[in-house]
Amino acid sequence: MAEQFKLITKHLDEPGFSPDIECYLQHGGYAALRKAVASPSRELADGKKLSPQEVLREDVKASGLRGRGGAGFSAGLKWSFVDRRSGKPIYLICNADESEPGTFKDRQILHRDPHQLIEGMILSCWANDVKLAYIYIRGEMPEGARLLNVALKEARSKGFLGKNILGTGYDLEIHVHRGAGAYICGEETGLIESLEGKRAYPRIKPPYFPAILGLYMCPTIVNNVETLCHVTHIVNMGAAEYAKLGTPNNTGTRIVSLSGDINRPGYYEIEVGKVTLGQLIHDSNFGGGLKPGRSLKAIIPGGSSSKVLKAGEVFKLNRKGPDGQMSKIDVPMLDLPYDFDSLQQAGTMSGSSAVIVLDDSRSMVKTLGNLSEFYAHESCGQCTPCREGALWLAKATHRLTHGEGRKEDTAYLAHIAQNIQGRTICAFGEAAAWPVLSFVKKFKDEFDAQGAADEAARAKGAQPTHRPSPVGTLNPH
Amino acid sequence: MSAPAIPAPAPAAPAPPPVETLTVKVNGKTLQVPKTHPDWQGRPQPTTMLQAARCGGVDIPHYCYHDKLPIAGNCRMCLVEFGTPMMDPATRKPILNEDGTPKIAKSVLPYEPGTPRGAISCATPISPGMEIYADSPATKQMRESVLESLLINHPLDCTICDQAGECKLQEYSVDHGQAGSHFVEAKVHKPKAVDLGPRIVLDDERCILCTRCIRFTKDIAGDDALGIVNRGSYNTISAFQTGKFDNNYTLNTVDLCPVGALTSKDFRFKMRVWFLKETKSLCTGCGTGCNITIGSREGTIHRFEPRDNDAVNGPWMCDTGRLNYKWIGRPDRLTEVRVNGQKVTWATAIKDIGSRLTRASSGSVALIASARQTTEELFLLKSLATRLGAVTDSVPREGEADHLLVNADRNPNTNGTRLTGIAFTEAGMQLPLIAAGIEAGTIRTLIVFGEDVTKHGIAPELLAKLEMLVVSDILPNATTALATHLLPGASHAEKRGTFISVKGRLQKLTKAIESPGDARAEWEFLHELVHDVTGRNGFTSIEGLFNLMARETPAFAGLEWANIGDKGVDVKI
Repeated sequence: MAEQFKLITKHLDEPGFSPDIECYLQHGGYAALRKAVASPSRELADGKKLSPQEVLREDVKASGLRGRGGAGFSAGLKWSFVDRRSGKPIYLICNADESEPGTFKDRQILHRDPHQLIEGMILSCWANDVKLAYIYIRGEMPEGARLLNVALKEARSKGFLGKNILGTGYDLEIHVHRGAGAYICGEETGLIESLEGKRAYPRIKPPYFPAILGLYMCPTIVNNVETLCHVTHIVNMGAAEYAKLGTPNNTGTRIVSLSGDINRPGYYEIEVGKVTLGQLIHDSNFGGGLKPGRSLKAIIPGGSSSKVLKAGEVFKLNRKGPDGQMSKIDVPMLDLPYDFDSLQQAGTMSGSSAVIVLDDSRSMVKTLGNLSEFYAHESCGQCTPCREGALWLAKATHRLTHGEGRKEDTAYLAHIAQNIQGRTICAFGEAAAWPVLSFVKKFKDEFDAQGAADEAARAKGAQPTHRPSPVGTLNPH
Repeated sequence: MSAPAIPAPAPAAPAPPPVETLTVKVNGKTLQVPKTHPDWQGRPQPTTMLQAARCGGVDIPHYCYHDKLPIAGNCRMCLVEFGTPMMDPATRKPILNEDGTPKIAKSVLPYEPGTPRGAISCATPISPGMEIYADSPATKQMRESVLESLLINHPLDCTICDQAGECKLQEYSVDHGQAGSHFVEAKVHKPKAVDLGPRIVLDDERCILCTRCIRFTKDIAGDDALGIVNRGSYNTISAFQTGKFDNNYTLNTVDLCPVGALTSKDFRFKMRVWFLKETKSLCTGCGTGCNITIGSREGTIHRFEPRDNDAVNGPWMCDTGRLNYKWIGRPDRLTEVRVNGQKVTWATAIKDIGSRLTRASSGSVALIASARQTTEELFLLKSLATRLGAVTDSVPREGEADHLLVNADRNPNTNGTRLTGIAFTEAGMQLPLIAAGIEAGTIRTLIVFGEDVTKHGIAPELLAKLEMLVVSDILPNATTALATHLLPGASHAEKRGTFISVKGRLQKLTKAIESPGDARAEWEFLHELVHDVTGRNGFTSIEGLFNLMARETPAFAGLEWANIGDKGVDVKI
């Protein structure tokens, strides 16, 4: 039976574990920081000497840690892109704007173990010569912001933060900044704009790569809460030992937010790739199976913007055989290992590791209507295709769920979505388009049937179930 | 006049550094394009795909991009398909086709390798060997879909829209759009006729949210007055304080607006733009010399717009200058030639003035010209004054300067008065002397062009003492009321000539409309008068007059009318 592997979430649910620093210290807190700042420089085979900070940067690269926010990009590589010769200060921002529907992992850390994040941040800042860092926390998490501020104060009073940290001469300050409740603020350049006090319009890349022209046009690292927490464990375990967790190229652990039509929704930490989607849903250690009498219909595997997987789908995955040769093998959907690469090969993504399970009681048309409404509401409106397309999609799905569908709506929806993806400044375009494209492709029959049924009913004189569009009620004008 | 000094051989100027270029292909055509182009602030930046395409004569459609504004990249109209040479990851050398040409990797969506991926050409720098497909089927499809998106919530009210005829949404729809739309939903409705400020009205439904107006007012005008409120499709442009979008440059946003969202309260609903005759001219509001286009129809001016000139005003002008045209059509314009209050013909008046001036004793005549007159007119007046031994001057006009275009010198041609010798380094120094001369009875004839001298130290009682007061002006005032000889003149929109800006830019006016009644361009009747008084001739056309002036004025040495061009030339001031 598949098991959880609790690294980040180790103490979260322990009775008596509290978010204060004394408790964290009793559980070995800030040992990683003490270890790192006391570590020696490292001599390489070619005679080059790495400073202790460079050693940690190399270790994060060697650990194989990939970003836990959504894109799954190598954290070590991201750090290596930072322009260290500009003479400008380098900033680090913790992205705590967790708002991808279905995702609720970061808030567990923020609410129950804020010092784990702060230690990871201090380590990451120290490694990258950062003197000023920010935690951009979602506006809907006021308690998280309060706890973080308390924790930062505690850390300061213990000498882990502020001037001359642990007597090393290294100074660092961390500030908490609360967002005002917009999904787009989770996009790193939108977040930076918002932190600068502007409207969170994502920036064009080129030229505004955060590693070069980030916060206040200075080199900036933006990492997810969970990603930063892992840095603490990389220091504690050593990069090589950490890299043994999970599977090759998908190292470490990650916290899966499991929700939908299952018996045990919640967050579960797993070794990346060591647990399959089927195990996540059915094992009693995880989702505990579907509701009685229900069968699986679909899984949204990586947050609401990931492409949906249909029950019964079989994917061709590249696998290295015992002889070292790559070959394609058939993998049924439920046997997909939950990791970055397998889900990508299955045409979707593990994204923010939010698994949403849909059983046969769910209408895919209504589900898409729900998602499209969300994206219409959250499009920042900067780029034409997404600004106009996201609401267009929501209006079309709203029609389909209120008796005004048409037979051609399946193709219509695909047409709109196809013209959004890949044509916008940020990945929101994909986020809005992918659910639509995958839903109408994989559940075409259901969409076609809805349109045909609506047309037939109207032909018989049925009135559409007119209701003001939920999107329309959001119209401020 | 002394012979012009033979210029010393110029020291060998260092050869300009060769322009570094990159080789790219635009629509299959190989081009060498400069590695850098000036950005909106004029600083060299890596050449973008849009600029490279321009080098090859290919215009990539765009809304939010503007040469003189920071890049936003939001409209997505300039998306183009492109390709880059494939590199061998091991050797970092290009992979070649069998015919030796580099293999090109076309841009595709990383998650859907069969689908072309566009890049915004306004912000994407070129790289060596890049191929830009500005008219490929994929590029055309991207444009079609962007236009479809822009139009789904647009009111399509061209028939009642002021922008019709100069609307990029119309133009690109014709050039790059499709006739139909897939859209069957209800449109988003947004506020109409929003009072953004004293000169600007906003129609939010027409707005395509390109943010040009926001960027202009923040980054150029320095007034962070506009922003976007709400989200997604409901986004609207808004002034942070309703009705308070009120700096001296707000009307530039109307020019910048590619659609009919921002309209000028002054111009809206007045005239269809396709009826307007466009005449290249200059603003006369101050010494900056902003280049303008006069929009007129059947003798009536309907608007001034800035005309692009990087040496002077770039694409901008101030609101004060732009709205400074209504006086030209005022009903009380001077339209009759009068001698001692009687209406006469031009021939009678000029003959009379000529014979009187010829008889006048040297030193008994004074001449006050205006720095709002053309250089040619000032030159003619100076010839007259020289012949008559007359003291000359002009009237200074000062105001407050701003950070962008408005100059403290509110006269458009102060340098013209100086270079023609009408005024000394400091204009107005002679005015008290002239007043004293009239008082003493030594000055018995005064010639005034374009100024109300009663406001500048020469009181009406003094003017009454004169034997002859020749006045030419456009509008009536206290001085024209006392004139013995009144000559109705032409506004700058009614004549040709040149002005010299405070920075020494000599630029041309062209005639947009006819003068009302008997009013005439001053240089036309002045050359007759100068002929009558001095016997000189040979400048009956503005070209000839300018060329003569250029030959006789050291500062204009080597200049010819034909070589001034639409954007003027620098003269030594």
